[in-house]
Amino acid sequence: MSEEKGTLRLKTGFAEMLKGGVIMDVTNAEQAKIAEEAGAVAVMALERVPADIRKEGGVARMADPKKIREIQKTVSIPVMAKCRIGHFAEAQILQELGVDFIDESEVLTPADEAHHIDKHVFKVPFVCGCRNLGEALRRIAEGAAMIRTKGEAGSGDIVEAVRHIRAVVGGIRRLAGLREDEWMAEAKELGAPYEIVRLVAREGKLPVPNFSAGGIATPADASLVMQLGAEAVFVGSGIFKSEDPAKRARAIVRATTHYLDPKILAEVSEGLGEPMRGLDVSKMDEKELLQTRGW
Amino acid sequence: MNARRAMRDKKAMRENGRPSIGLLALQGAFHAHGEVLVRLGAAPREVRLPGDLNGAEGLVLPGGESTALLRLIEEYGFEETIPRFAAEGKPILATCMGLILLAREVRNPAQKSLGLLDVAVERNAYGRQVDSFEAEGEVLGRPFPMVFIRAPRILDVGKNVEVLGTWNGDPVLVRQRNILAATFHPELSGDDAVHGMFLDVLPRER
Repeated sequence: MSEEKGTLRLKTGFAEMLKGGVIMDVTNAEQAKIAEEAGAVAVMALERVPADIRKEGGVARMADPKKIREIQKTVSIPVMAKCRIGHFAEAQILQELGVDFIDESEVLTPADEAHHIDKHVFKVPFVCGCRNLGEALRRIAEGAAMIRTKGEAGSGDIVEAVRHIRAVVGGIRRLAGLREDEWMAEAKELGAPYEIVRLVAREGKLPVPNFSAGGIATPADASLVMQLGAEAVFVGSGIFKSEDPAKRARAIVRATTHYLDPKILAEVSEGLGEPMRGLDVSKMDEKELLQTRGW
Repeated sequence: MNARRAMRDKKAMRENGRPSIGLLALQGAFHAHGEVLVRLGAAPREVRLPGDLNGAEGLVLPGGESTALLRLIEEYGFEETIPRFAAEGKPILATCMGLILLAREVRNPAQKSLGLLDVAVERNAYGRQVDSFEAEGEVLGRPFPMVFIRAPRILDVGKNVEVLGTWNGDPVLVRQRNILAATFHPELSGDDAVHGMFLDVLPRER
């Protein structure tokens, strides 16, 4: 009667369960309850939403375990939490707390500029951000069970999320069209292990689910990234920085399921109140970008 | 012979002879089920509105998050469509969240369900994701690979419910007339036998 825990199949299998859903950033138990009521498939527990991290500055770290426990006690849906890039000690603590997924996230201040966490040694699954196929495949090689395109967190501007999902999906299409004897050169170009490049070239898809994040603020934004190939969405500041979070959360959940149905999208987009104010990413200084953290 | 003739009449519902199987695609692991169904020669179709089920010969209710799903079910009238589909005697395969949705009673916490399957079930009964596990259980007397992800546990089964599979003494695969339901994920284990049982009850064309 041997049981195996923490296998790659269990990690990616769990990510499969979240497809077609919305994962919402929350900073306390009350927000977590609103997210669950609205139909979120999971919540991401953090100290401050990305828009506030951006505004207030300073070093952004893992959330207080007390806060994470409170959120775990309040909701029955999965609870995720973020650790800093390369900060495996924070990840060990989050695993001990029993969080369901760890996001090794560029939204927090990186702890290591050279190395990401070796995610294979953990029982808990990890999700990592990426801007292109090479970055996605490097994270998968390190053991990520889910990939999310980075977008630009806390901006409320969808342009970077679109750039990144197009880069990943377009990269896969390109790879699938190559001759076998071109795979090695492509692996070199992508900066990714040959074995994973070969797998993606053969299957025509990533070996793990591919979600979208960073700048989703409206139901139409969710539909856009889903139509471009995302399999679920993360919404950070977009919900709790808007005028009516509960209503907007419900609308984005419906939009993610019915992303191909303009009639329903029109219905759910109506009368949501003010969205988050947002920042035009093209006017931002290079140094303010969160997406360039990690490689 | 009769079944074959009945099938010929229903041929319009088939896509190049492959049975059309509705895949509830509101949220959850519907892609993985779709891949198994294609492997077994069926034609899965994603169901997001009740009308998408028209003409389907069977229905798969996949795993996912049951609280999220309930909101989406109620919104567009699936709480009437699914019982009607079941009452027509068409086969339904429900896994994990799907089983929770059909159960008579749900605990941890208590939540609404459709009550089509006479079992009481406890959500997340084995713990959080770090406690999710793979194990070898038993289906109809043979060893069977099982993947349990934040899995529910069946606490009791009604007298019309047949237990087809167990793990560690717990019922994990059950059947009540046309409903086949598992607490584990047959779409992830690589063994397609459960989906085979589900499709087997459909009339054969060839």
